Amino acid sequence: MQFQLENIKTRALVYQKIRAFFNAIDYLEVDTPLLGKATNTDIHIQSIQAVTCDRQVYLQTSPEFSMKRLLVAGSGSIYQICHAFRDEEKGRYHHPEFTLLEWYSCGFDYHALMNQLEQLIGNLLDVAQPFQRISYFECFKTHLHLDLKSARLDDCRQCVAEHISGIDTLLLNRDDCLDLLISQVISKQFKGFTFVYDYPSSQASLAKLKRSNPEVAERFELFFNDLELANGFSELTDSTEQRARFEQDNARRVESGLESYLIDEDFLQALERGMPECAGVAVGLDRLLMVMFEEESLKSVLTLDTLNF
Amino acid sequence: MASYSTNEFRGGLKVMLDGDPCSIIENEFVKPGKGQAFNRVKIRNLKTGRVLDKTFKSGESLEAADVIDVDMQYLYDDGEFYHFMVPDTFEQHPADRTAVGDANIWLKPQDMYEVTLYNGAPIGITPPNFVELEITDTDPGLKGDTAQGGTKPATLESGAVVKVPLFLEIGEKVRVDTRSGDYMSRVKG
Repeated sequence: MQFQLENIKTRALVYQKIRAFFNAIDYLEVDTPLLGKATNTDIHIQSIQAVTCDRQVYLQTSPEFSMKRLLVAGSGSIYQICHAFRDEEKGRYHHPEFTLLEWYSCGFDYHALMNQLEQLIGNLLDVAQPFQRISYFECFKTHLHLDLKSARLDDCRQCVAEHISGIDTLLLNRDDCLDLLISQVISKQFKGFTFVYDYPSSQASLAKLKRSNPEVAERFELFFNDLELANGFSELTDSTEQRARFEQDNARRVESGLESYLIDEDFLQALERGMPECAGVAVGLDRLLMVMFEEESLKSVLTLDTLNF
Repeated sequence: MASYSTNEFRGGLKVMLDGDPCSIIENEFVKPGKGQAFNRVKIRNLKTGRVLDKTFKSGESLEAADVIDVDMQYLYDDGEFYHFMVPDTFEQHPADRTAVGDANIWLKPQDMYEVTLYNGAPIGITPPNFVELEITDTDPGLKGDTAQGGTKPATLESGAVVKVPLFLEIGEKVRVDTRSGDYMSRVKG
């Protein structure tokens, strides 16, 4: 790989601007551990395992659980720039080690957080067009004429078969279909920055469900053209619900032949003490830099590529 | 036979797909942050030459195909088979019309070609990217016309017909790109 000093300098400048943005609104910068004894149970996120002092540990897939423990401890709004690790992810837009900007805004919901993210990005680069906002359900209706309120598994598989060549749709569950359609078909229509919000509850992850409609999770993603840049929620604060989701994740992991992961009890205990209402978002900084440099691959914005994939 | 999982997919890997040997051309890993990962793959069926787009759920695997590429010397055409030989071992392999496909127009006895063997039998022939062949038929050359511009068809000793500059004559040798069929230069001597 070519050593691109210009990219490295711009990365440093972007970090300075991010810190200036959060310092100006009095958010505390934090630095949480990258090693943990427990990890994210999400079935689609695999943790890299390591051994230290004869103990099995995990490289963190995001700083989420640690940061939420700080929120419970009374930190107030916080942000962090850190590395995160995800196993088995390598490709044009993926690298097993990548950079995240993650922050939590106390008293915010996900719509207020979208505004804040839009403001931050406006501080980092010249935004040609205004950010678009479209709900997940609207996307499917507008671009695919698929009504997710009534669409059954067969309808979703049919829609995949119509738009994606050479795939055995019988291997796909409903969310697999939706993942493929949004990432490979719908997002190809996005121009510039686009927020997609109100995800189906089956893809709630750690988001709160909408009180007025529990079929929908208060979750959003930000895209630049078809590239996914950020994922945010109105954060789930209910420890019972959170435990149930972890256990359900692990049950699905076992069903799919994956290893079940140790649940982060420290995080759950913190939630039981009460986490302030807040919204949080993780931004893929390498991808944001790709957009700024108009680079075609994530590899080309890494400071060094030590893995040579 | 061994099998390959999607995370081992890379250009050039030979795998079985729907009963046919195929070669992976391109493999793209796609995954929403919180969603299922997929591999979108461009793959060439080595029997038909056709390129297909396939999408796999990451973690799926395909059986490895017993396919190897061997450099061989072309010997002769008996009307049914083109005969090739491995120079070191004198081992001969007859390739049928389908296996040779469009490559037949570049075949010249004694020259070397890449022969793709599937389960030991030829399924494809790849000529070198550049070959040097003699013109066996073309219209008379125009003396003094070495400027750019005009071209004329010329038949080469292997049977290929390519467009060459007007000044070239029967008996002269030319260098041709076999991938595009384009004339590159005159070969002196």
